[in-house]
Amino acid sequence: MGNPEIKMKATRDAYGEKLAELGEKYEDIVVLDADLAKSTKTILFGKKFPKRFFDMGIAEQNMVGTAAGLALSGKIPFASTFAVFATGRVYDQLRMSVCYPKVNVKIAATHSGLTVGEDGASHQALEDIALARALPNMTVVVPCDAVETEKVVEFAVEYVGPMYIRLGRSKVPVILDPGYKFRLGKGVVLREGKDVSIIATGIMVAKSLEAAEVLAQKGIDAEVINMSSIKPLDKELILESASKTGGVVTVEEHSIIGGLGSAVCEVLSENLPVPVERVGVKDVFGESGSAEELLEKYGLSINDIAAAAERIILRRQK
Amino acid sequence: MLETEKIFLEEKARIIRKHIISMLGEAGSGHPGGSLSAADIVAALFFHHMNIDPARPHWEHRDRFILSKGHAAPVLYAALAEAGFFDTKELKYLRKTGHMLQGHPDMKSTPGVEISTGSLGQGLAVGNGMALAAKLDGRDYRVFVLMGDGEIQEGMIWEAAMAAAHYKLDNLVGILDYNGLQIDGPITQVMNPEPIVDKWKAFGWHVIVIDGHDFEEIISALEQADRIEGKPTLILAKTIKGKGVSFMENQVDWHGKAPSKEEMELALKELSQGEVLERWETLK
Ligand SMILES: Cc1ncc(C[n+]2csc(CCOP(=O)(O)OP(=O)(O)O)c2C)c(N)n1
Ligand SMILES: [Mg+2]
Repeated sequence: MGNPEIKMKATRDAYGEKLAELGEKYEDIVVLDADLAKSTKTILFGKKFPKRFFDMGIAEQNMVGTAAGLALSGKIPFASTFAVFATGRVYDQLRMSVCYPKVNVKIAATHSGLTVGEDGASHQALEDIALARALPNMTVVVPCDAVETEKVVEFAVEYVGPMYIRLGRSKVPVILDPGYKFRLGKGVVLREGKDVSIIATGIMVAKSLEAAEVLAQKGIDAEVINMSSIKPLDKELILESASKTGGVVTVEEHSIIGGLGSAVCEVLSENLPVPVERVGVKDVFGESGSAEELLEKYGLSINDIAAAAERIILRRQK
Repeated sequence: MLETEKIFLEEKARIIRKHIISMLGEAGSGHPGGSLSAADIVAALFFHHMNIDPARPHWEHRDRFILSKGHAAPVLYAALAEAGFFDTKELKYLRKTGHMLQGHPDMKSTPGVEISTGSLGQGLAVGNGMALAAKLDGRDYRVFVLMGDGEIQEGMIWEAAMAAAHYKLDNLVGILDYNGLQIDGPITQVMNPEPIVDKWKAFGWHVIVIDGHDFEEIISALEQADRIEGKPTLILAKTIKGKGVSFMENQVDWHGKAPSKEEMELALKELSQGEVLERWETLK
């Protein structure tokens, strides 16, 4: 991001700050962490409300089970750790103790995707959306910036039921204005266009907006949609946009298997088969490196998004 | 153990610590505290106790070392490079895109890494599998698993502990890097795992408590574990997180933060002087 006007903030920071703020208004909020409070930023809540903060140590499965018990006893638990552990390590606990009984547990998972950076593949969750999305009763939301993160956390406190909120480690541009309203199950058109629909989620929304600028210079008018609500998914908006443009690019910092790309393909193939290109990680593990270098190397750059959109235009002409 | 052997190991550990600091300073991120606390244990294993051949990383009869606390990768990489598994030049590229030394150990990219780790709690079970296979195949290699004292909060550690005793894995040695700290603070404050010795004993393990920075104690514990029959051994090694770099010692904040250029120089200077070096010089 060359532009100094643009504010940069990590979604995990917005989460931690908002949670600490909401702790005042909602006495039933309790927060659990697994020895990563300084990284997930739940420490901000923990410092302010030590009695309602439970560090469970390096024991994620126990953390999720405990969160279920707290929720069943009237509390509003937020459980945080890195996304790899918040899904993979605790999958059966999520399935059995949270989703099947539809218990009011919020999993706020930080350090998702390649932008974890230097820690490498072991810490880069590229399949967490797929895992969370496959669970009945689970709600899956991926905020695109700090503003949306705050709105999603506010929403999560009021919403009753299991919820997976996917957050990131790295600073990303703040693209939404403070008046933005988050609505579960609704995507938002951030840029209208008629030639191709770019449906993005999380930190890739900002990159997609930039890709649309690149495309505009080539005379291609791209529509950009922020699809933060991955489950439930905004079918109407996907169909509306795709029927207008006739082709879709999905963009996510996640495997092309099981995430936003798959979800959009499910909707389109059943209702309105149009060409789709999925920008995402191509069924491989990540590696160590700087966040930006990795996005580039694994095909998640602005140019990759623009190139996918151009392929759509070509495919549609055939 | 001969005095000369001890001086040799102290020198190896010093070099490993210097590598750790240089690697992390160069990488700009990573975990110094738990790498430095384990340096003496790792030096004793790689340069004295284990039966390994760096020219043949897949040699069937080699002893196996598993770094279950994978975030301490720098200590393992430094030992592997010093032992000759790969060129020490690689250490410069820790955590860089396109290079082999990943932030956490990756067995597919790095010779000498027995299993990929980084998600805590999983190494002991893998060690059990290797130890069981040795029994099945009638091989006499031994398996060493290094764990963190925060790491043993993971339930899976205790599932594996139960299984190792159940299957009488006397060819398996667990080593606990008992530095008293995890990320969010002292282990006893975050999620108290004490009494640790009683727990391992209750799970059927032979337990030896040592000073994890004293080579005579480390080597004698490893040798004692060799002789124990019918049960696995846990060596509880009392260590100092950040050991060897005064400003990092016992500081929880040095768990997962790389030294700045100035801090790196300061640490390297400290590791380039003192008694260890003097004794080594006289030996040469
Ligand atoms: C399953 C899992 N949960 C959380 C983490 C994040 N993490 C990395 S190191 C660490 C603390 C480890 O403490 P300890 O085992 O005492 O290691 P040491 O003090 O030897 O560095 C944590 C929580 C992880 N790597 N894996
Ligand atoms: Mg420790």
